[in-house]
Amino acid sequence: MMDELLLRKVRIEEVMFGEKSEVVNHILRINCEELTRYLQEDQRLRSVEIKIARPGEKKRIIPVKDVLEPRAKPEGTSTTFPGFLGTAEPVGTGITYVFDRVAVVTCGKLVNFQEGLIDMTGPGAEFSLFSKKLNVVLVMKPLENLGKHEHEEAVRVAGVKAAHYLGLTATRSPYDTETEFQVATGPELGDIYRGLPKVIYIDMVIAQGLLHDNYIYGMNAQGSLPVFLSPTELMDGAIVSGNCAAPCHKNTTYHQQNNPIVEDLLSEHGKSLCLVGTIAMPVRTALMDKERTCTQVLKMVRFLGIQGAIVSEDGGGNPEADLMMLARLFEKEGIKTILVTDEYAGRDGASQGLADVTPEADAIVTNGNGNQYVTLPPMEETIGHLEAIEVITGGHAGSLRPDGSIEMEIAGIMGSTVEVGSENLKTIAV
Amino acid sequence: MVKEIERAGLPAVQICAIVPIALTVGANRIVRAIAIPHPTGDPKIEKKEELVLRKRLLKTALIGLHSRIQEQTVFKSEDPF
Amino acid sequence: MMNRTKVIHYVNQFFGQIGGEDKAGIPPQIKEGPVGVGKLIQEASGGQFEIVRTILCGDNYAAEHLEEVGQIVLKWVEEVKPDLFIAGPAFAAGRYGMACAVLCMGVQKNLSIPVLTAMHANNPGVDSARKDIYIIETGDSTREMKMVIPKMVGLAKKMLGDISIGTPQEEGYLTRGIRINVRAEKRGSRRAVEMLLKKLKGEPFETELPLPQFDRVVPAPPIADLSKAVIALVTEGGIVPKGNPDRIEAHNASKYCKYFIGNASDLTGEDYQTAHGGYDPVYANEDPDRVLPLDAARLLEKEGAFARLYDHYYVTVGNVTAVASAVRYGREIGELLLKEGVHGVILTST
Repeated sequence: MMDELLLRKVRIEEVMFGEKSEVVNHILRINCEELTRYLQEDQRLRSVEIKIARPGEKKRIIPVKDVLEPRAKPEGTSTTFPGFLGTAEPVGTGITYVFDRVAVVTCGKLVNFQEGLIDMTGPGAEFSLFSKKLNVVLVMKPLENLGKHEHEEAVRVAGVKAAHYLGLTATRSPYDTETEFQVATGPELGDIYRGLPKVIYIDMVIAQGLLHDNYIYGMNAQGSLPVFLSPTELMDGAIVSGNCAAPCHKNTTYHQQNNPIVEDLLSEHGKSLCLVGTIAMPVRTALMDKERTCTQVLKMVRFLGIQGAIVSEDGGGNPEADLMMLARLFEKEGIKTILVTDEYAGRDGASQGLADVTPEADAIVTNGNGNQYVTLPPMEETIGHLEAIEVITGGHAGSLRPDGSIEMEIAGIMGSTVEVGSENLKTIAV
Repeated sequence: MVKEIERAGLPAVQICAIVPIALTVGANRIVRAIAIPHPTGDPKIEKKEELVLRKRLLKTALIGLHSRIQEQTVFKSEDPF
Repeated sequence: MMNRTKVIHYVNQFFGQIGGEDKAGIPPQIKEGPVGVGKLIQEASGGQFEIVRTILCGDNYAAEHLEEVGQIVLKWVEEVKPDLFIAGPAFAAGRYGMACAVLCMGVQKNLSIPVLTAMHANNPGVDSARKDIYIIETGDSTREMKMVIPKMVGLAKKMLGDISIGTPQEEGYLTRGIRINVRAEKRGSRRAVEMLLKKLKGEPFETELPLPQFDRVVPAPPIADLSKAVIALVTEGGIVPKGNPDRIEAHNASKYCKYFIGNASDLTGEDYQTAHGGYDPVYANEDPDRVLPLDAARLLEKEGAFARLYDHYYVTVGNVTAVASAVRYGREIGELLLKEGVHGVILTST
């Protein structure tokens, strides 16, 4: 019997603070006090300040840890971001509400140097889709002397809580569009879409510790073998980002909730292909771990009778070995494989952009060279800590000019070369 | 270069330290060398022992030349003789 | 015509209309005005370009005195302060192509004058220069001259007019191995789905990131009977007679060499050394057998492990050596050894 997910989008045109958290005429009002009180129940956070950054405002947000989209299911059913809010019930079916155009941005004292920047206007804004969001920014100060891992967890959980809190507000608001996503079993898909090539999406999630982590149903992916997820589970926040890979290509929670590869495959589902599902594949550093994970993915994919696959990278460097390993294993099985990645081709664009190669990797989509050097004009207001630019990835000592302008690589701009392909940046050879 | 020598019809063995690169580039017969700056030597041991080591490497290489292979093969050194 | 573009043109002895190989040793000289191909360049530019000076040099002289020629050319170019420096086209001529590439790079770097040349993709002049200068791609025959000149002029005009230069396919220049960011019409995920659909249908598609591809070779038949075999030693580790008499370069070697070993049973640090610049030379210089294992090979020969050690060895330096060069050396060495009755090769690399 077929199941479904009904995704209800509430279109928001303005965000402001108000006495009650509610939506009136497409304006989202947030009860700041209530939200901060809720977040500060976690005593590891000394203070939480909430700021709003709107598209076109001369504001700069830095350092950004993660971005999440407010999504929640009506109370009494399962909960988005399973594993984070007291329950790990399976998600991906039922009803989910979304605040369209709104994003929660976690910010504040640097946890680790791989945090990024979002400019709401100017040349920097062109590099990130987050510049077009009404950003609810959580500027968080941890307790003095809080360890890195605790600090990271505290801000990550705060982001999830805020996204869920706002999502609940959405469930109490009238929605503007509803999209239905069918959730079928394997045999059902095989039956209905007989004759269409079976396709899988392999969503690589970095799981390398030292704050390079992802969470699947609330569990740190480091200890996990690959797991099958239906596309709608991603929509409900089954994957939460804890990773500090470079800002340009870290897959934020938002990127997983709005995974464009899932979206674009679904737009072809039933027409030119049958999307069987997705596999979240943890990526570890040791060779044996890579072999273990990749061969497990191969096992699952064989069992499912897959004919085509799209694989997206998370991060850069050693994960390219996994990309190549999968390409080799899949193509040898006759599975047509597309790899989606980005490149570090150097500031002059002349370096070999990937750390590993294999002849089977003959179909690659690139989301740009993260080393492209740019100058960003000064902004009137910084939310967060401007001086962080000198230590974050993409920045360097001297990045911050006396007039407040910034010279940096786009590697430091959130999502500029994101490897799930949300942006339209591409590299060409000249 | 060893791939091209083989392409000309002559079996050729490459003794090199970074085996994965030799594999990627396409060498068919590979023997792992001692180290980059001294592929067939070891300055840390006595001259006499070095010569024994060198002979062993070459013997392995000869086995490589003598073996019928279908795909790229890394030939491993035998026990000391 | 007002405001003509001042151009200096570099050619070799042949295109300079002095002579053929017999004149390849002539030193650099000047002719004011265009010579031969230079006139074609002027015509193709509709009279816009004026070649005020032609610099000629013999291919051999240039190849053997590249630095000196470079200095002279800089002086002669600086005197005139042209708007543009053009060299060649060199097509497949290696010495000529090398000179064109190096002289162009020198003028660009030292005088900041726009430069342009043209040659075949496999011309040795290409590898070191392609990243820094524009090289129009040609075939290997001078018969193409009439097609190549307009391309050179077209690209040169864009360079001078500060007009944005198109892709290698559009303009006809060799890919420089540089990747730049551009905005695509569709987002990455959409492009991935479309690429997958093409791949599934068996339709042609183009990868956005070509990776260096290394083909595989079917293994040659093995040596059936080692006791009857002639074995040759080859090395990429740069072991050469003391003093490096043939001056193999420490990196990006432009050649390989063959040296006689006869019945020698050992290589010593007195007679041999390494020329390779990419590894710590101490151990190899102490005992070159550590890179070219002659002593052990001779012992094995005496023990009958194989019939005979070939009386020469081949050497080059495999340090940042262009893939194209390595391919050529391997092929030639393989063919030469086959002709000499060798049955198998042991090659060492560092």
